[in-house]
Amino acid sequence: MILRSGRWRCGWSTDFRDISCQAARSSVRMFSVLKERVGEILLPGDEFCCGPQDTLPLTDSGKSERLVAGPGLRRSGDRLLVSRSGVLRHKEPNKFWIESQQRRYVPAKGETVIGVVTAKSGDVFKVDVGGSEAASLSYLAFEGATKRNRPNVQVGDLLLAQLVVANKDMEPELVCIDGSGRANGMGVFGTGGLLIKVSLGLVRRLLAPRSDLRADLEQLFPCELAVGMNGRVWVRAGTVQQTLVVANLLQSCDAMTAPQRQQLFRRLQQGAF
Amino acid sequence: MTSFSCDKHRLHREGGMMEVSPSSTVSLREFGCEQTLLSRPDGSASFVQGDTSVMAGVYGPAEVKISKEIYDRATLEVLVHPKVGLPGVRERSQEQCVRETCEASLLLSLHPRSSLTLILQVLHDDGALLSCCLNAACMALMDAGLSMSCLFCGVTCAISADGEIITDPTAAQEKESRALMSFAIDGKERRVMMSSTKGSFSVHELQQCVAVSQKASEKIFQFYRDSVRRRYSKNL
Repeated sequence: MILRSGRWRCGWSTDFRDISCQAARSSVRMFSVLKERVGEILLPGDEFCCGPQDTLPLTDSGKSERLVAGPGLRRSGDRLLVSRSGVLRHKEPNKFWIESQQRRYVPAKGETVIGVVTAKSGDVFKVDVGGSEAASLSYLAFEGATKRNRPNVQVGDLLLAQLVVANKDMEPELVCIDGSGRANGMGVFGTGGLLIKVSLGLVRRLLAPRSDLRADLEQLFPCELAVGMNGRVWVRAGTVQQTLVVANLLQSCDAMTAPQRQQLFRRLQQGAF
Repeated sequence: MTSFSCDKHRLHREGGMMEVSPSSTVSLREFGCEQTLLSRPDGSASFVQGDTSVMAGVYGPAEVKISKEIYDRATLEVLVHPKVGLPGVRERSQEQCVRETCEASLLLSLHPRSSLTLILQVLHDDGALLSCCLNAACMALMDAGLSMSCLFCGVTCAISADGEIITDPTAAQEKESRALMSFAIDGKERRVMMSSTKGSFSVHELQQCVAVSQKASEKIFQFYRDSVRRRYSKNL
């Protein structure tokens, strides 16, 4: 199975840096309170506070811990507030975030997404990435593109691109090259294949380093998958029927637990082939 | 391809009965909710209180018309569809109440120049409709993953002709009451975020109703927590 996508590290690729990264100097106590509650389900309005009665033990070096609050956690004064419902997760050494199930994509810098070209205006393409605004893609942001050698992109094409500007105040901007000027798998897709919309959680599960879902899919039949962090997946297999099978599988796996999914895959392997 | 029926509906039911003072009983009808029951909206929920049932769907943050965009925060639109007929003036006033409550609890400044649309469909009205709409709206907003500063819930109180306070009245009880009050209570400090009243009552009665609603809201918030726990425990 060929898998095309951007890099995806830890739980959330870049939301830590851009959207809600607020490093909070906290006492050792708040850190340990948070750590105790990792894995618990929290609701908006829950808070973690660093009370005035916190005392550091005499044996401590006196340095406070730096805490990185990811998506779902907001800092307000000396308190940490939960703003989404979900499970509290932790990654060493000091990153905490709330993992929630969502369908709507909010653009974040550095993520690789699948977009659909909706308009060509002057020197930029307008690309729909599923957010609240269409993103812009300059025609020079392709490998080997110059003012004379324009890329062959038409309205309605699918492409894999990376977000370089994505914050709440500005229009998102995409590029199809990486830092050194190479395409690295990004750009316009070929013909054929099917584009489906799935939830953001499923996309993260597909891109996780040791993913059961990907392992199960690999055993079915050879196919090509491009995964965008905006909840879009492009599938192409040998025949049209196989493509449809993989597309339906991915959409139904969204709402299933692991045992149910494995049962489905087993039935498919026995029944269809 | 064989189809697999996946359990998307997480149904949760509960009822509550509490004593506040000898003169008034705080009893809520059996309530239940389902989350993620619709596939097209970004978040959806349905809330049932006794026989009153409301379904809510949330879309957003999505594109907004230039004429409606606000430069520093999201534009929230609430639409209430009655069971029969077209939305009228009564629905407009309900929309305003729900919109004010949601705007106070959502973090709208995280999505400037975007639109959030909340659609409430009344499936059956047997009293306490506004509070059922508020509860369904809160669960749908949580389901969509929108950032909120606090949760909210709706409680309705009716004062009967002989001065008795009834919480969560049925349509028949509402008709015979002297006054009807709906409050939106916030989840952190149990304060009143929105109130909508009809009829005549004294200041003392108003304060009693607020106290009774605050007590009743604890049960509803605990129910929210249990529902969300059940929903996430399935995927853990």
